Amino acid sequence: MSARAARSHLDQPDILAHVIIWIGILITAFPIWVAFVASTVDNQAIAQAPMPLLPGNLGWQVYSDVLGVGGNNRTVGTPVALMMWNSFVMAMIIAVGKIVISLMSAYAIVFFRVPFRSFIFWMIFVTLMLPVEVRIIPTLKVVTDLGMLNTMAGLTIPLIASATATLLFRQFFLTIPDELVEAAKIDNAGPVKFFFDVVVPLSTTTIAALFVILFIYGWNQYLWPLLITTDQSMTTIVIGITKMIDTSGGPTDWNRVMATAILTLLPPVFVVVLLQKWFVKGLVETEK
Amino acid sequence: MERKVIFPGMLLPYALLVPQILIIMVFFYVPAAQALWMSTLLQDPLGLSVQFVGLENFQNVLGDPAYRQTIARTMFFSVAVTVCAMVPAALLALMADRVVRGATPYKTILIIPYAIAPAVAGALWLFLFNPSVGVVSYYMGRLGLNWDPKIDGSHAMWLIIIASAWKQIAYNFVFFLAGLQSIPKSLIEAAQIDGAGPRRLFWTIIFPLLSPTTFFLIVVNFVYAFFETFGVIHAATQGGPGKSTEIMIYKVWYDGFIAQDIGRSAAQSVILMAIVIGLTVLQFRFIERKVHY
Repeated sequence: MSARAARSHLDQPDILAHVIIWIGILITAFPIWVAFVASTVDNQAIAQAPMPLLPGNLGWQVYSDVLGVGGNNRTVGTPVALMMWNSFVMAMIIAVGKIVISLMSAYAIVFFRVPFRSFIFWMIFVTLMLPVEVRIIPTLKVVTDLGMLNTMAGLTIPLIASATATLLFRQFFLTIPDELVEAAKIDNAGPVKFFFDVVVPLSTTTIAALFVILFIYGWNQYLWPLLITTDQSMTTIVIGITKMIDTSGGPTDWNRVMATAILTLLPPVFVVVLLQKWFVKGLVETEK
Repeated sequence: MERKVIFPGMLLPYALLVPQILIIMVFFYVPAAQALWMSTLLQDPLGLSVQFVGLENFQNVLGDPAYRQTIARTMFFSVAVTVCAMVPAALLALMADRVVRGATPYKTILIIPYAIAPAVAGALWLFLFNPSVGVVSYYMGRLGLNWDPKIDGSHAMWLIIIASAWKQIAYNFVFFLAGLQSIPKSLIEAAQIDGAGPRRLFWTIIFPLLSPTTFFLIVVNFVYAFFETFGVIHAATQGGPGKSTEIMIYKVWYDGFIAQDIGRSAAQSVILMAIVIGLTVLQFRFIERKVHY
C-alpha cells in the first residue's frame, strides 16, 4: 500500500467503528432507559409483560412520591429525600476529609525531614493493601466501642483511613520546583504561608480530580453503611434501594424502586459528566 | 525520591501527620490486628466464653467442602467478570480511538456506568432479568429460553456476572483509551506506510504496547470482582438461590453477621487479606515493569 492509499484509508468514515460504539452505547444506556420508563408508569403496566419502552402517563408523580414518602406504599418507609441527604453528607465528608488530611500529611512528608519519616510513609502506604471489606468485623467492633454506631462520624471516618490520596499528593509535591521554595525562603515566607499561597493553588487540578473519584467512592459505599446504620433515619440511599426490593417473593413496587434507582445514580453521574476531563486524568494518575 | 530544598522544623510536620496517623491506627492497624487475633479464637454458641484454638478455625474453614466450593465459585465469578468487562472495553476503546469526529459524546456516555453504585447496577439488571416483569427475560422467553435467576443457580450467577461486568466496562474503557492514546501516531503511520494491515498493526504494535495496561487491569478487575461486587449480589440475589451466588466476601459477611460465627468469619477475613496482599504485590511488580518500558 502506498502512503497515499494509507492516508485515504485513514480518512474513510469508519463505519465498523461507529457500529460497534453504538452497540456499546446501547448496552450502556438500555438498563438506565428501561429504569427511567418504569419510573413513569404504574405497576400494572410493568406487570403486563412486556412493559412499554416509552415513558408513560404518570410523569414525575412517582418521583415526588418516593422523595416525600419512601419506597413502598404499604408500609411507612424512609423518604428518599432524607436518604439522599444522608448519602450526600457522607460522600462530602469522605471526599473533603480525605483531601484535607492527605494534603496535610503529604506536605509533612515531602517538605520536611523528620525522624521516622520513611517509617511513617510505609505505615500509610501499607493501608493501600486492605480495603475496609476484609476487616469489617473488627472495625465494626472498634466503632461500636467508641459509641459511633448510627453516627455520621462512624459512617465516614473509617473510610477516610486510606492512602491513595496521600500518595497522589506526594507524587505531585515532588514535582514542585525547588526555586519556588527558595524564593519563599528569601521572602521570609514560612511553611504555612507557602502551603496556602503556592502549594494549594498549584494542586487545584489534582484536588478536583480526587474530589470526583472520592465523591463517587463515598456515595456508592455499601457494605460499611449496611453494618453501621441500623437506625432508619441514618440509612443511605444505596442501602435504601435494596430494602425496597422484596426478596421473599412478595410484591415489589418496581416503579418506585426504579425511580429511586434513577435518583440514586443521578448525583454521581452528574459529577462525572461535569468534571469528565479532570476525572479521567485523575483516575489514570491515581492508579499509577 | 526526595526534595533538595525543605523547611526546617519538627513540631509542624508532626502536627500535620497526626490526623492521618490517628485514623489509620484506630481504624486500620487495630482492627487488622484484631482480625488476626479473632481468627485464633473460638466462641461458644451462646457467646459466653471464648477460648484460644490456634489455627483450628483455619483448619475448619479450609477443610470445609462448602468453603472450598465458595473459593471455586469466587474464582469462576472473578474470571468471568474480568473477561466480560475487559474484552468489550478493549474493543470499544480501539473503535473510539479510530473515530475522530463525535468521539467526545460517545466517551461521555460510555463512562457513565463507572459512577453507578454496584447495588444500583444489581437492581437495574435484576429488573431486566426478573422472570415475571423483566423485559430481557420476556424476550428470551419468546425465543424459547426460560430464564429464572430466582430458581436456577447458574442463571443467578450469570445475572451477577453481567451486572458486575456492565458497571466495570466503563473503568476499563477509560484505561484502554488512555493507553491507546499514548501510543505515538507516527509509529502507527510508519507501520501503515510499510504495508501493515489493521490485523498486523494490532498484533505487532498496539497489543504489545497495551500489555502493561492489560496486566494492570486484570489485577484491578480481580480486586473489583472479589470485594466491590458485594452490593451487586446483596441487591440482586442475596447469595441465592441456595448458596449458588455466595462468593467469599459475601460469606464473610454472612457468617459473621447473620450466622454470628465470629471466629470462622475472622479466619475467612484473614484468608481474604492474604489474597489482596498477593494481588497488590503482583500489581506493583507489573507497575515496575511498566516504568521500564
